Amino acid sequence: MTAPAPVIHVEGLSKSFQGKLAVDHVSLEIDQGDIFGFLGPNGSGKTTTIRLLCGLLTPDEGTGTCLGHDLLREAYQIKRQVGYMTQRFSFYEDLTIRENLDFVARIYGMTQRQDVVDAAIDRLNLTDRQHQLAGTLSGGWKQRLALTACTLHQPRLLLLDEPTAGVDPQARRDFWDQIHHLAADGITVLVSTHYMDEAERCSRLGYIASGRLLADGTPQSLVAESELSTWAIDGTDIHRLGDTLKSVPAAQQIVPFGTRLYVSGTDTAALKSTMDAIARKPGFQVHPVSPRLEDIFTRLMQRQEDTQ
Amino acid sequence: MNRWFSLDRLWAMVRKEFIQMRRDRLTFAMMVGIPVLQLTLFGFAINSDPRHLPMAILDADQSTYTRTIVAALRHTRYFDLTHHARNEAQASALLAQGDVQFVLSIPADFTRRLLRGERPSLLLQADATDPAATSNALAVLSRLEQQALTQDLRGPLANLRGTAPPFEFTVHRRYNPEGITQFNIVPGLMGVILTMTMIVMTGLAVTREHERGTMENLLAMPVSPIEVMVGKIVPYIFVGYIQVAVILVAARWVFDVPMLGSFGLLLAGTLLFIVANLTVGITFSSLANNQTQAMQMSFFFFLPSILLSGFMFPFRGMPGWAQYAGEVLPLTHFLRFIRGLMLKGNEFSQLWPHLWPLLMFTGAILLLGLLRYRRTLD
Ligand SMILES: Nc1ncnc2c1ncn2[C@@H]1O[C@H](COP(=O)(O)OP(=O)(O)O)[C@@H](O)[C@H]1O
Ligand SMILES: [Mg+2]
Repeated sequence: MTAPAPVIHVEGLSKSFQGKLAVDHVSLEIDQGDIFGFLGPNGSGKTTTIRLLCGLLTPDEGTGTCLGHDLLREAYQIKRQVGYMTQRFSFYEDLTIRENLDFVARIYGMTQRQDVVDAAIDRLNLTDRQHQLAGTLSGGWKQRLALTACTLHQPRLLLLDEPTAGVDPQARRDFWDQIHHLAADGITVLVSTHYMDEAERCSRLGYIASGRLLADGTPQSLVAESELSTWAIDGTDIHRLGDTLKSVPAAQQIVPFGTRLYVSGTDTAALKSTMDAIARKPGFQVHPVSPRLEDIFTRLMQRQEDTQ
Repeated sequence: MNRWFSLDRLWAMVRKEFIQMRRDRLTFAMMVGIPVLQLTLFGFAINSDPRHLPMAILDADQSTYTRTIVAALRHTRYFDLTHHARNEAQASALLAQGDVQFVLSIPADFTRRLLRGERPSLLLQADATDPAATSNALAVLSRLEQQALTQDLRGPLANLRGTAPPFEFTVHRRYNPEGITQFNIVPGLMGVILTMTMIVMTGLAVTREHERGTMENLLAMPVSPIEVMVGKIVPYIFVGYIQVAVILVAARWVFDVPMLGSFGLLLAGTLLFIVANLTVGITFSSLANNQTQAMQMSFFFFLPSILLSGFMFPFRGMPGWAQYAGEVLPLTHFLRFIRGLMLKGNEFSQLWPHLWPLLMFTGAILLLGLLRYRRTLD
């Protein structure tokens, strides 16, 4: 049995704006049904990469396919099967909810347009507000409308650019439930975010900084390959402890988290002896934990800055 | 669905644009406000002094004297002899078509009656559609009556140079006998108003999508450039026709402008002109990076349209280079069309020479717009 062709397969994708590299030789392979979490700080090139994938930008270098279609030559075929949710709400604020959905349904030439739009509005629970202008909706509702609109034509690949930015926790949770449902139906999802808790809900992760893809793998493999050891220290006076630890070279990352302090470093032996010393002090419980994704990504960033 | 063009997708665009237009108050204000403002402002005429106006002659006499008179006319530099008409019908056609501004008819017995001292008259028909274009030329005629034949009437004929001139011109002002400038201005205004509103409104159509960020979404969907561009043009055709209606009502009941031609032909010709301007607007819009640039481009198109089309100044009063530039502009051809139709009652065959340039222009500009339409966000 041969493995099915990857949904996204790109190699060496680069794009620069005014001589500044925004995406630097990114290679990606994403399989069907994956929920690929695309992480990275602001300005790291997430949006640019997504735009390259759906043909909204032409790469300076690199090649690839999306849903088996060539990125450069078959933009039309790609567009028909991809749903792209932009970072900023980009449906028409001066059209009503219904008019927006109707417009999308017409553009994709859907048969039974009326029914599809009715069903979508029903799923959104917006039947009584369907004639309201989209511009009057709150951020959370705009996000729901946008997701519904960009899945209306039943795309095989969803590209979601920071879909949950500025959305309340309950709406975020509902949103992720929906993503998992879509993935269960065989839809491939690429979603960019900078929420770490969302990263943990993805089946695969990519981390990009300054346009370079620094890590790519399942959350488990990223943890396994991180070369990072992490200890959690519980106690009442962890802040003062954190300050004193700053002078210890092996403690590369010190992150307070409520009444807990996470300490990570690559020099496991040196860090372990420091931790053992703390464990002997009264008022602190010390135990090794697996490194958190946040720590792993921070480490990747530090390492990149060091080599530059 | 077809990759390059689908009626369903075009209709989706048209519907969307219609709804958005309906909700945009500014569009409504411009639709009625601009015609009203312009019609009010242009209550006066702009005069100037065009020379070298083309003239046809129908000389049934052909004597030394008639040749002297023609030479004297040309000597004033107002009249250029461009056509020799064979008969009355041909002369009239030249005038109706706008090929000449004047027709001079010399009767067969002119010389005989001149020598008998009967003070015969010459018929000069003028195309007075635009009174400003002909008034100065006509003003020199009385001096010519006095002086043109002074050299020729010598010896025994010297007695003909009496106090009264030896011959006279009878002037027929055709199409606008009373020389009412509004007759010329008001139909012209229709062209000016349409140029202005059509280009400004569509000039913003594509840049608006870019500035609101909706272009990113639109580009991610399978719509083709022609669908976007034509989809944005169609709703404004209706805006154009509403303006035409406002102006025609004013022309008829406020300014009493005659309407001699076919109404159907007027609607058809106006459609070509509206589409030509909408194409310019949409092309500017796809060339411009933002709304300000689109407005600047519209302005730079509007200015020469007003100045070089024959609206502000009589076309024949402009220097050669300006006339060449003017020939490129849709307004130039539309002015000839609408004046010919309303004031002269021209037929389709006479108007066609003013319509095909509009079609050519539209095709060329649309092609440019499609080539320059950005399919990506690069
Ligand atoms: N259209 C553009 N013109 C110029 N620079 C751009 C453009 N789009 C993005 N950039 C630059 O490219 C880099 C990556 O941006 P982006 O892909 O938007 O990052 P992210 O989505 O991860 O925040 C940034 O430095 C940004 O300023
Ligand atoms: Mg972004």
